[in-house]
Amino acid sequence: MTWQPVVGLEIHVQLKTRTKMFCRCANGFGGGENTQTCPVCLALPGALPVPNRIALEWTLKLGLALGCEIPKRAVFARKNYFYPDSPKGYQISQYDLPSCVNGRMLVPSSAGDHEVGIVRAHLEEDAAKTVHVGGRTGRIGGAEHSLVDFNRVGTPLVEIVTGPDIHSSEDARRFLQLLRQTIVELGISDAEMEKGTLRVDANVSVRPAGSAELRTRCELKNMNSFRFVAQGIDAEVARQIAVYEAGGEVVQETYDFDASSGALTARRSKEEADDYRYFPEPDLVPVEPPAELVERLRGELPELPSVRIRRLERELDLDRALVLVTGGLDRLYEATVAAGAEPLPVANLIANRLATSAGDAVDASQLALLVGARDRIPRAVLDDALSHIDEPGFEAAPYLAQEAVSDTGELEPVIARIIDANPGQVAAYRGGKEGLLGFFVGQVLKETGGKANARVVSELVRERLGA
Amino acid sequence: MGVSSVSSVVDTLRLTAEEAAGLVERKEVTGAELHRAYLDAAAERDPELHCYLRLVDEPNGDGVPVALKDVISTHGIETTAGSKILAGYVPQFDSTVAARCKAAGLPIIGKTNTDEFAMGSSTENSAYGPTRNPWDPERVPGGSGGGSAAAVSAGLAPWALGSDTGGSIKQPSALCGNVGLRPTYGTVSRYGIVAFASSLDQVGPVAKNVRDCALLYSLIAGRDERDSTTVELPEPVRLPEGEDLSGLRIGVPKELNEAEGIEPGVTTAVQNAIELARSLGAEVGECELPRSVEYGLACYYLIAPAEASSNLARYDGVRYGLRVDGESYREMVERTRDVGFGDEPKRRIMLGTYALSAGYFDAFYGQAQKVRTVIAREHAAAFERFDVLVSPTSPTVAFKLGEKAANPLAMYLSDLLTIPSCMAGLPGLNVPCGLSEGLPVGLQLIGPQFSENTLFRTGHALEQAIGFDPVPERLR
Repeated sequence: MTWQPVVGLEIHVQLKTRTKMFCRCANGFGGGENTQTCPVCLALPGALPVPNRIALEWTLKLGLALGCEIPKRAVFARKNYFYPDSPKGYQISQYDLPSCVNGRMLVPSSAGDHEVGIVRAHLEEDAAKTVHVGGRTGRIGGAEHSLVDFNRVGTPLVEIVTGPDIHSSEDARRFLQLLRQTIVELGISDAEMEKGTLRVDANVSVRPAGSAELRTRCELKNMNSFRFVAQGIDAEVARQIAVYEAGGEVVQETYDFDASSGALTARRSKEEADDYRYFPEPDLVPVEPPAELVERLRGELPELPSVRIRRLERELDLDRALVLVTGGLDRLYEATVAAGAEPLPVANLIANRLATSAGDAVDASQLALLVGARDRIPRAVLDDALSHIDEPGFEAAPYLAQEAVSDTGELEPVIARIIDANPGQVAAYRGGKEGLLGFFVGQVLKETGGKANARVVSELVRERLGA
Repeated sequence: MGVSSVSSVVDTLRLTAEEAAGLVERKEVTGAELHRAYLDAAAERDPELHCYLRLVDEPNGDGVPVALKDVISTHGIETTAGSKILAGYVPQFDSTVAARCKAAGLPIIGKTNTDEFAMGSSTENSAYGPTRNPWDPERVPGGSGGGSAAAVSAGLAPWALGSDTGGSIKQPSALCGNVGLRPTYGTVSRYGIVAFASSLDQVGPVAKNVRDCALLYSLIAGRDERDSTTVELPEPVRLPEGEDLSGLRIGVPKELNEAEGIEPGVTTAVQNAIELARSLGAEVGECELPRSVEYGLACYYLIAPAEASSNLARYDGVRYGLRVDGESYREMVERTRDVGFGDEPKRRIMLGTYALSAGYFDAFYGQAQKVRTVIAREHAAAFERFDVLVSPTSPTVAFKLGEKAANPLAMYLSDLLTIPSCMAGLPGLNVPCGLSEGLPVGLQLIGPQFSENTLFRTGHALEQAIGFDPVPERLR
């Protein structure tokens, strides 16, 4: 039987507002443990929450970017549970009436746009950070003692819940890349998985291909990179298929992903089911965003990454378009092309040679000049130019003045030496491994100190070996 | 000026806060001397009455001292809410009402006794022992704010703040013979008030007369940016004058005045007050609040415990207050809460947890919220015809210590008449209207939202006409 994976994602995004969600404490890293706290976030008796207006607006912004409807009324609720990371004994979170509902994100794929439903995006507060000392598992059970740092408690957190619309680990990764880029471009979060400002849980099930049923799902947690999310999904899909094919049933469970082994470990089942006893938070009034505010925020939205990918696809292939857009480099690409450079070389050079962070600092007209001269100037000079291109006041002119060695008489003896020195690679090339051309060109460039014209060398080598 | 000569000027049993402020203004006494006079009175009478959990020796202002119920956070002064679980907890911040008292120059004279977490109607649930009624020390002062009410009656404070969830200001004021206001929900900040039931809790003043009550209310009321549920007062507080009630329409809700368990002496005193109101020019008519009275109490005992079960979750031994160690986090939390909470908080945490549980939420908490809307509408309908509704505040006069302690349901019925308007978020004023069996009877005046000025006007006129002596007979 062929099986289809069914994946829904729950994504938590820490907002980088200046202050916390319900108090005026500074939000973010910095300061020693328990220095960014106050009566409200420490849950001293009588302290009351006051919602952060910016966090509410940013949530709406994100919801609008994800095509969500903005209900007239959102309500904060209390999610009650005992744990040392929850000083009030409850988390304030939107529950049955969230800020954003019923959106969708289009994920471009080779088979056309793939639509992932956004069930909801709601605002809540993050928990404190706990460290469990002693014991074997690093968990609270069996620990000798636990330490709590309340700096993080109360950080605004948006939770985005997708429909079960994702059917491969690759689709999941692509969705997350696009979502992350959307969040970063809205300027509301750094959305870095390594730092925990973006966290992803995956609900995974499988079903016979062609069926529309939803079978028992398992939840995967603790995957702190997009690659691990994909690995985790693949591993869980394989596990569930094996269970079904052996005649078994999948049991609903939560698994932790172990990055070092790629293995999934089931969490110890709780003695009783969770009952969070949600009820409307009586310390807060309902949130009723005025229509004018929603329209203003909608008007402020930048052009979305998925739309830009579709536009770039007219000149480039999907993969290159994705890399440029999710790397935040597509605006530089478009500006460089507009400055007169050829699209494909610009895309390759930007995608392969420039750091994501450099994008905004680069002067497209200067980059266009370098792209135009890329075959004429020595490779070493091009490399040198690219390493300085994001510096203020960068000028391409001095680099363009240096010609690469294209003189056949000068290059031929070097090429001959390299070919003689590598009989094995020569035989392999002639046996059909044409990819080795790059190896020979690279050796010649190295021998000439990067001054040889790579295109000329490449032609000469091909001629020589083709004989 | 020596202490003895101050005592001759300052009769704390009789002196109103307004008069005390006058003495200070005219420099007949200093703020410090005034403060000392009340401390002296406490030294004399509080060993018997136990109104205070702690006293403040050095005044931090020049004005008329104020006593605060121990659910009100005070910077640097231990605040326990009458519970062992908060023993030794000293707030690092002032509640907004404490800060506003200080800003108005009122020094805090002490923290008054309360039922644990304000849960009770007799102050017998305090983990630190009961308060006794100044009119008869064998009897309770009501609750939960029995400490504040008894302190004002016994001359141990000129005025005080209490907190009211289902009657904790109005009912003790009735049983101790003073004036207490439960303000419109949202007019007084709850920031820094140890929470019992957030959608019901309101801070309010307790005083010797209506003018003092209005004055103290004017100092604490109004929007506070630290409490999202507060609003600005639609009109300034007016200190009441005069006895004329002409044009005032008074409604007498049948169910609140004829409920089972109302003592005959209470009914008589209340009816006399209603007749007096008529003679002062008010129009009096009957009205009905059938569902409010029939369902109010049951509804309250779902919503208040539900919110309490969540509000009391923070007392886990992790950050402050009592911690009883255990082998694991869970065991530590369980032991701390087992040792730290008394029976009444435990009872309400269990009730509330049950009412919010999956599968029960809709039938209990959800349904109670719907009934609450019905109660609010029923009151709104009555206020289309009337400006003020009247009834007894408490069905009985002060009862004996221990009389209801073993029967929680009988105790809960003490709040039968105060709870419906609390559920509707409405203001209510208790004004003493006479004695029954030598003990004070309280008249409850209920108005629509933000009608405090009308309540003050009505209460003041009746107070003048009734001529009730707020000093307990045995202390005169």
